[in-house]
Order: sequence, then structure tokens, then C-alpha cells
Amino acid sequence: MVHKIENQYKEILNQYMQRQSEQNLYVGQNFSRQLISENISPEEVISVHKAAMQEIYKELPDVVWHSFDFLIEMMINYGLALQERQSLLQRQEEIRVEMDLAANVQETLLKTKLPALKGLDIGLLSIPARKMNGDYIYFISDEEGHAGIAVADVIGKGLPAALCMSMVKFGMDSLNNSPASPSEVLGVINRVVEKSIDDSMFVSMFYGRYDASTAALTYGSAGHEPAILYRSKTGEFDELYAKGLLLGVSPAAAYEEHTVQLEENDLVIMMTDGVTEGRTDEGFIEREVIFELIQQKKDEPAQTIVQHVYDELERMQNAELRDDFTLVIYKKV
Amino acid sequence: MSNQSSVEILTEWDIVAARQLGRNVAKELGFGTVDQARITTAISELARNIYLYAGQGRIEIQQLTENGVKGILIIAADQGPGIPDVRRVMEDGFSTSGGLGAGLPGVKRLMDEFKIETIPGEGTDIRATKWLR
Repeated sequence: MVHKIENQYKEILNQYMQRQSEQNLYVGQNFSRQLISENISPEEVISVHKAAMQEIYKELPDVVWHSFDFLIEMMINYGLALQERQSLLQRQEEIRVEMDLAANVQETLLKTKLPALKGLDIGLLSIPARKMNGDYIYFISDEEGHAGIAVADVIGKGLPAALCMSMVKFGMDSLNNSPASPSEVLGVINRVVEKSIDDSMFVSMFYGRYDASTAALTYGSAGHEPAILYRSKTGEFDELYAKGLLLGVSPAAAYEEHTVQLEENDLVIMMTDGVTEGRTDEGFIEREVIFELIQQKKDEPAQTIVQHVYDELERMQNAELRDDFTLVIYKKV
Repeated sequence: MSNQSSVEILTEWDIVAARQLGRNVAKELGFGTVDQARITTAISELARNIYLYAGQGRIEIQQLTENGVKGILIIAADQGPGIPDVRRVMEDGFSTSGGLGAGLPGVKRLMDEFKIETIPGEGTDIRATKWLR
């Protein structure tokens, strides 16, 4: 094969030496592509060039041949750099495939079942900024009409955040208690996170327990973005704020809880900071913009409202997600 | 069958001597210009590692014949600090990112066979072979 390449190269070079036309250069360039695809290193190309020249122009002085030997020496490290690049590209591809697999595993692992509750229409969307999601929604419900929801966000993105989130899921699973109060749930998960997760990792979480028999929502928060309550009767938006430290900061942290009564067509909007901290060229997206978007679709099903908010925010940010985006809307019907 | 000679590496100029020795042997064995350049680059890299990290050591060049095929063996031996994390230095992008040259992965690519033994606190022994085709 090397012999074939040498002959082809000699012929192309000879053509060019006789006539320095653009066409002959073009033929040469195409040939160089073939050399690259056959993993011919730069030092080998020079060696082939030297051999071709020696056949065509035997009479050239020795200095010319020496100069080629020198050039070969110069090219060895370029050849190595090329090989290293190829092996790094291959490794990058392996990592990409692994990340895709991991993202699938995560999706299966963190899958949650939407509760079917009388009088409550639920819409949700969670989109990771990268492959792995650092946001998490967890539902739990029982026959008596108690439904718990956790909306959590690991400070950070990507793989470390996703691994951390698995711990939160297992904490919630082992608690397995639908009527549990938010302050109790947050207290337990706080201790799980504090014990098992790296000191540099923190998780914020909003927890809401809905009681279908009374239409009351009791909520607590561990340093999470406050949920929003939209009152259909007055058309006003209120923050559902509750005091509490981020999960994992202190094992002794205590969590407040409050209760609101939901009326027909009221909306509860729970989200992560990926929703509120979206940015356009003009700066942060104001909360009022989000309220406005919700109001535009307030009479539609909860899922339609969620999708509308996402679509519009994505459009404003030129389809660029900087952070994991998670939005859940409860609609009292 | 083997035929050996060696160069002590104490100063930067000994790297040149080791290269010269390797090139002479490679030429004698019938390696072409490109392979000569590869072999001497590998020697350079190994000798430089000795000079920079172990302070002193030895480059040995042997001629080999195995099943009628001729080859060249480079042995780089030192009693330096050893390499604590061999896997790390054998990774692409680890040593080259600091602009240190080909690194040990480079030596491995330049040659056909590569073997490293290193004991922290006792030293390093690297053997690299290239066969004449």
C-alpha cells in the first residue's frame, strides 16, 4: 500500500512540477485527504515527498536531501499530536455514549407517577440544560386523597447534580408516607442529604401536601424558589413563602409550614430557579413576565399552561437553556 | 541475540549522546529515516524524563533478533523517585497539556512495544522496542 501511495504521490507531484496550475494543486489537496483517512503521518508524507523527488530529480545537491531529513525530524511531534488528537476524539465519543446511557438510567430511576386526585388538574415539565437533570419532581399519594409533591433542585448541573438527586429519591422512597407534613418530610430528607452527600453539594426543595377532602395545601420549603399562588377570584399572584435552610447544611435545621385553602380555578405554580433565572440579552426575565404568560392561558388545562410558559421563555432566550428547567402547576377544578 | 551499549544521563548533553547512540544502532539495523527519527524522539523523551525527574540514570540500547526479525530495544533506567500514578501519566493529554512534549504515551506510539515498571522511592525501568519491517 505504501508503494502505491508513493507512486501516486510521485505522479501528482510530477504533474505539478511540470505545470504549476491550480488544477494540479487541487488534485494534490484531494490526495492529502486520502492520506489523512489512511492515517499517514506528516513525517511519512515528507519521507514520501523526498523519495519522489529523488526519483524525479536525482541530480539535486545533497543539501536538499539533508533538508528533508531535518524536516522529518521536525514533524515527528506533529505526528504524535495528531495521533493524540484522534485518540482523544475517540475517548470523547465514548464519554458521550456513556452520558446518553446514564441519562436514560436516570430517567428510569427518577420516574414518578402523577397522582390522580379528585378536583386537581396537574401539569408538569422538567427539561435538563445538559444531558443529566439536576432538578427533580417526586409525587406520592394514597387512597384517602393525600398527595405529596417535592420539587427539588441540586445546586449545580450535570452528572454530579444527577447523582446527588438519586439520594433524595431514595430518601423519599424510604419515607413513603403520603399524609406526612412538609416540615417532617423536609426534616428527614435534610438528614439524609446531610449524611450522604458531599459537603459542597446543597439541595433546595419545595414540599407541598394536598388534601383532596378539604382542598387544603400545606407547604414548606428548604431554601427553594417560593411557589406562586394565583387567586382566580381576584386575579392576584401571591408568593407561598416558608422559612427553612437548604437541605444538607445543618442536621438540626427546622422547617416551617403553612396552609392555604384552594378555591376553584386557583393555580399553584411550583418551579426551580431555571424558570425564574432565565436570561435574555436585556437581562433577567422578570417574574411579571412569567405571571403574564400564566394569565394568558389561565383558563386552559394545567399542562397547556406549563407548556406555554416553557415555549415562550425558551423563545425569549433563543432556545438556550442555562439551567435545568422544572415547572409544575396545580389547578383546582 | 543481543548487542548492547549505554549512556549515563547526568546532564542535558547526555540526552544528545543517547540519541546519537540510538540513531547509529537504528541506522546500522537498516531502519529508514522516518523510523530513525521516531526512535531518537523516543530516546530523547525517555532521557529527558530521567534528566528532569530522576536527576540521573541510564539509557541502554540493544539490538535484538527474534524469529529472524531484527529490532531495537531502548531501556531507560533510573533510581529516582518513581512515578506515583502510572495510569495517569500514560493518559493522553496529561503530560502534553503542560507543553512537555510527547510524554510517555508518545513514546508508546513511536515504538512497537512498551513496558514500564516503577516503584515509588526506588526508581523506574522503561523498555521500548521497535521491530524492523
